[in-house]
Amino acid sequence: MEILTAIFFTPFAEMWEGPVFFTEVVLNGLLTGVMYSLVALGFVLIFKASEIFNFAQGIMVLFAALSLVGLMELGIPAWLAVILTLVIMVLLALVIERVMLRPLVNQDPFILFMSTIGLTFFLEGFGETLWGSNVKRLDIGIPKDVIEYQGVLLSQFDIIAAVVGALLVFGLAIFFTKTTIGRALRAVADDHQAALSVGIPLKTIWVIVWSVSGGVALVAGIMWGAKSGVQFSLSLIALKALPVLILGGLTSISGAIVGGLIIGVGEKVAEIYWGPLIGGAIENWFAYILALVFLLFRPQGLFGERIIERV
Amino acid sequence: MKKLTTFGLGVVAGLAAIAAAPAAYAEDLQFFPMLVYRTGPYAPNGIPSANGMRDFYMLTNKRDGGVGGVQVAVEECETKYNTKIGVECYERLKGKHGGASLVNPYSTGITYQLIPKAPVDEVPILSMGYGRTAAADGRVFKWAFNFPTTYWSQASAFIRYVGEQEGGMENLKGKKIALIYHNSAYGKEPIPTLEKLSGIHGYELTSLAVDHPGQEQKATWLQIRRLRPDWIFLWGWGVMNSVAIQEAAAIKFPMDHFIGVWWSGSENDVKPAGDAAKGYKAGTFHSVGETAKIHEDILEHLYNGDVEEARKNAFGEVLYNRGLVNAMLGVEAVRTAQARWGNQRMSGAQVRWGLENLDVGEERLAELGFGGFTRPIKVTCEDHEGNGPVLIQQWDGEKWNLVSDWIEPIREVVRPMIEEAAAAYAAENNITPRDCSAEG
Repeated sequence: MEILTAIFFTPFAEMWEGPVFFTEVVLNGLLTGVMYSLVALGFVLIFKASEIFNFAQGIMVLFAALSLVGLMELGIPAWLAVILTLVIMVLLALVIERVMLRPLVNQDPFILFMSTIGLTFFLEGFGETLWGSNVKRLDIGIPKDVIEYQGVLLSQFDIIAAVVGALLVFGLAIFFTKTTIGRALRAVADDHQAALSVGIPLKTIWVIVWSVSGGVALVAGIMWGAKSGVQFSLSLIALKALPVLILGGLTSISGAIVGGLIIGVGEKVAEIYWGPLIGGAIENWFAYILALVFLLFRPQGLFGERIIERV
Repeated sequence: MKKLTTFGLGVVAGLAAIAAAPAAYAEDLQFFPMLVYRTGPYAPNGIPSANGMRDFYMLTNKRDGGVGGVQVAVEECETKYNTKIGVECYERLKGKHGGASLVNPYSTGITYQLIPKAPVDEVPILSMGYGRTAAADGRVFKWAFNFPTTYWSQASAFIRYVGEQEGGMENLKGKKIALIYHNSAYGKEPIPTLEKLSGIHGYELTSLAVDHPGQEQKATWLQIRRLRPDWIFLWGWGVMNSVAIQEAAAIKFPMDHFIGVWWSGSENDVKPAGDAAKGYKAGTFHSVGETAKIHEDILEHLYNGDVEEARKNAFGEVLYNRGLVNAMLGVEAVRTAQARWGNQRMSGAQVRWGLENLDVGEERLAELGFGGFTRPIKVTCEDHEGNGPVLIQQWDGEKWNLVSDWIEPIREVVRPMIEEAAAAYAAENNITPRDCSAEG
């Protein structure tokens, strides 16, 4: 009975008795969720256009951030370093298309997935060789002070990161729906063969989508790197994006956003109100549990394309 | 490029150690295997530690002509701070160059795996300031050493320090202390000690776990906001430390009431946080900076006086200095053994005896260049921990400064706990504790 009370009554009573703190938990969860979505977006973009689950997305985040900081350490101004890093990410996309994807056209998606694992190991070693393994400070001038309103404390940095994430999603939505390239991307995502038959160049589309994904990785790298310093652990942030993808679906940009918000809030609320019951540190695995519960009802994810197969 | 340089230097240094004695055969070399992690998520911590150790071994050859005239050989193996790879590295290196003198696992996980292997392979383990705390009881853990101090001693020293800061141990009653720890065997090490002392001194302890790697800790710090502790102890590693420091600053927690374990107190932990880290404190068991005699010797013999070149290898940083102290204690164990068996290559078993009879006083420390830099140490058959005192260092935004005298651990509490844990280990593993009075 005591256990049942601790699980089903006490946490809700705590939420009711401390509404200000509960609000703070939820708002912080939402802001953290946007940061997860930033990483998840990179996965979605590539999967939408090529049905490849890009295992290397996490290391791309690290590689982009390392390149940016490396260039800034050479004395290059931040704005120029950002542009040069974008150029590096485009070059990387070109190389990936030419060396990795082109020879594997028409191969099973699983083989393409395996090739991205290889890419991960390559970028891991290449990045460390090029820029070193030391922790690098990334200061792009975003204030890190807190704002307190009615007892609720929020980090200015987190708020700005959320705004940047929202702008990025808005920009990507415009890109996908209003531009010719965006429509071509969606056509390739719907059906490779049909897209090729109407003259859409698959190789160019792949370069574009990997470049855009590289750009998203750079934004994620800047935001996460400014929080914790740019170091190898940044690549592990991809692990935080996986439950977001499971929940939101691999093909939906809005799914990545909503999934991120649900995971962000869910894991924070669970950790704070239910975590102490079993010694804490439950938020990592709780995110997966939450995502799997959603999968029971929507196997394709919240916004994923419905799976219809002829029998 | 830096990485390449560091790696290259490591390889060259390793080869140079052997090449320095062209006529030497394996039986003429004193071999120190180096389990390092220069890559992976914990590389920022692994690199300075490894560089410090390597530089001291090289210095021993160049400045002292080896240990007792026997040239030191080193060989690195990359563990990525991964227990499985670490054990493979140990297996690969243990028999090289005539056999390993001792092994520094540089990971609590690897240490746990090597403890049962040590008596079989006759390779003693020196896990300096990490590993299994119970190994301080030498009657049970004949082949493992964790001097000059352990996690439990450090935790008790932190409580003593907080007591001093609060105006007396009696003022700890009713205080709130939060422990934020890496959710691993390492991170959980201080909990029994802090719980025990909580019962004695009446402070309220809250332990909050953070999962690897610790990049995202918002939930933990929201709980800190709600709890409003008087003091926070941080038992973190890698990126977890710098994130924790930034989160503490974000909620405006007073940084001088935030104390990290000695593995949460390097430059890599505070620099990413920028000004937010000012005032943050951490434990240590040696001094700070690059101005001791040992640093002069290293600059002179290894870097031709070029301090900028040396700094590229983390010269003078906290973990580099820890590597120096670690290597020095290992070499001194060999020297202690040589005092008994003569100036020749010592086997693992002989080095184990040297470790157990290590007695490095002020005078010897001064001769080695460590005068005033670390405390004298005396190890015995019963006590593999040594003396156990701890210092507190504080970050001023530019560098670490010592802000305490040596703080003695609360031995009357910690030692019985160690003996109890060691006895439990002995019972589980059918080990009959040694009678130290009968040891030669």
